[in-house]
Amino acid sequence: MAHQVSVFAENKPGRIEKITRLFHQAEINIRAITISSANGFGVIKVLVNQPQKAYEILRSQGIPSYLQEVIVVVMDDIPGGLHKVAQVLSENNINIEDAYGFVVASGEKAVLIIQVESQPRAHSVLERNNFQLLSDEEIYKY
Amino acid sequence: MYWEKEIETLERDQLVQLQSERLQETMKQAAKTSYYRKIFSHDHIQPEKIKTLEDLRTIPPTTKDDLRSGFPFGFLATSLDEVIRLHSSSGTTGTPTVIYHTAEDVENWANLVARSLYGVGVRKNDIFQNMMSYGLFTGGLGMHYGAEKIGTMVIPIGGGNSKRQIWFLKNFKTTVIHIIPSYSLLLSNLIKSEGLDPKSDLNLKILLIGAEPHSEETRRRVEELYGAKAFNSYGLSEMNGPGVAFECAYQNDLHLWEDAFVLEILNPKTLEPCAPGELGEVVLTTLCRQATPILRYRTKDLAYWINDPCPCGRTHHRISRIQGRTDDMFIFHGVNIFPIQIEKVLMNIPEVGSNYLITLDRKDYRDTMKVEIEIKPELFIGDLPKLERLRDRIQIELRSETLVTPEIILLEPGTLPTSEGKAVRVVDKRQI
Repeated sequence: MAHQVSVFAENKPGRIEKITRLFHQAEINIRAITISSANGFGVIKVLVNQPQKAYEILRSQGIPSYLQEVIVVVMDDIPGGLHKVAQVLSENNINIEDAYGFVVASGEKAVLIIQVESQPRAHSVLERNNFQLLSDEEIYKY
Repeated sequence: MYWEKEIETLERDQLVQLQSERLQETMKQAAKTSYYRKIFSHDHIQPEKIKTLEDLRTIPPTTKDDLRSGFPFGFLATSLDEVIRLHSSSGTTGTPTVIYHTAEDVENWANLVARSLYGVGVRKNDIFQNMMSYGLFTGGLGMHYGAEKIGTMVIPIGGGNSKRQIWFLKNFKTTVIHIIPSYSLLLSNLIKSEGLDPKSDLNLKILLIGAEPHSEETRRRVEELYGAKAFNSYGLSEMNGPGVAFECAYQNDLHLWEDAFVLEILNPKTLEPCAPGELGEVVLTTLCRQATPILRYRTKDLAYWINDPCPCGRTHHRISRIQGRTDDMFIFHGVNIFPIQIEKVLMNIPEVGSNYLITLDRKDYRDTMKVEIEIKPELFIGDLPKLERLRDRIQIELRSETLVTPEIILLEPGTLPTSEGKAVRVVDKRQI
């Protein structure tokens, strides 16, 4: 299983700067970042090479943050690559609560990070369908 | 468990008799002050005929403005030679009010505080860190004298300077603290940021919280944060200071020491007495004070009284925790709201941190209410929909308590201004 760090942030200048500065100082590498916001506040989700350490640094600064398990699926970087994953989840009636992705090798491989209600079930469904799932360390091997 | 068993458990009829005797002494003292002499002669009151509570009710109540009008010596009943202490209100809102104490007054006051502290379990072998300001404010010195009377080692550290507070808490293994409730919430965060767990790394067993009206929900939260018992203490400088009313071990409302004060709860508009359970203004008369006797003082504090017996066996009537002040209520869209109603709702929601601010403003001729709330870092669970649900839940709960719908803003911890003294919870920017 891989982990992502979610951070509560007010919607105002300097919030992302503060987080990236802390990561920079601790030499934590960010693989992916996504931001969602409602009026006044938002949640920043980051995929980093040392999620536990990143989480501890944020908490020690009193920044509300959360370490959670996510599913990281390897896809082919071709038309229909994401569709294959979505199809399997849909056939098994698994609802995607949040997702984001990035390309690891252009034209070859991309990675999809998903959050679903039942992580273990989604995990086994995807494995059964021969998808490659990555752990925290494996994300950085690509 | 009793400091003075006989007085604390005196039969009601004997207690009323004792009050009557002391009231007559108080009337003699009052007749020596220029302020009450004027009142008595103006209203044709014969002080020697005032013997019972019914008689006392014929005297007009004394207000804060009356005390100010008597500045500096209008309420002084003895010569200054006999006075050993002066306390005074801050005077930020006008002429200060001053209260003088003779040696016996200070002694009686310390005794009431000792009685209150002993009742919640403070003993000789405790280490008492007094986090209230010393000086003209009565919270510091008042508690100090009472705790010393028990024989407790007192650390007279005073208010503020959180780092030093924590250093003393840790190094002297403090067991009892006297602290403003809002500051205790803030301090627990600071203790954690020093890498200490307030529950397991400190030796606290009792928190005495007062000087600020607070809800039952806040008390429970303080107890949970520190893993210790928190007891509500009530007092005001006009009635000495701390030690007017105090919870017992049952935390079952506050026993008001009726051998030292006459308690009335009056409807603030009509000044008619309230029935038990009916909210009204606390009105107090000193019974043991020589230098500054005060008759029927309108405290502006709102509470109700309880006359059924407490399992602790004390016979003195109880008052509820202070539900608000006649002057801290604000009117929003025609609805009367006390800040403590909002506090009660917020402190009952686990995700809400310890700091919040209510801002009233006016936009386009319409009043707006904004409640900014710092969230608790450890209860953040990572996603936006949950935060939105939390915000909606807070809004709905505030609506059901206050009947108005405020704007809710969730903030990171440490965003709002903090105070080591009494917290500012309401900012009213509306121009009348």
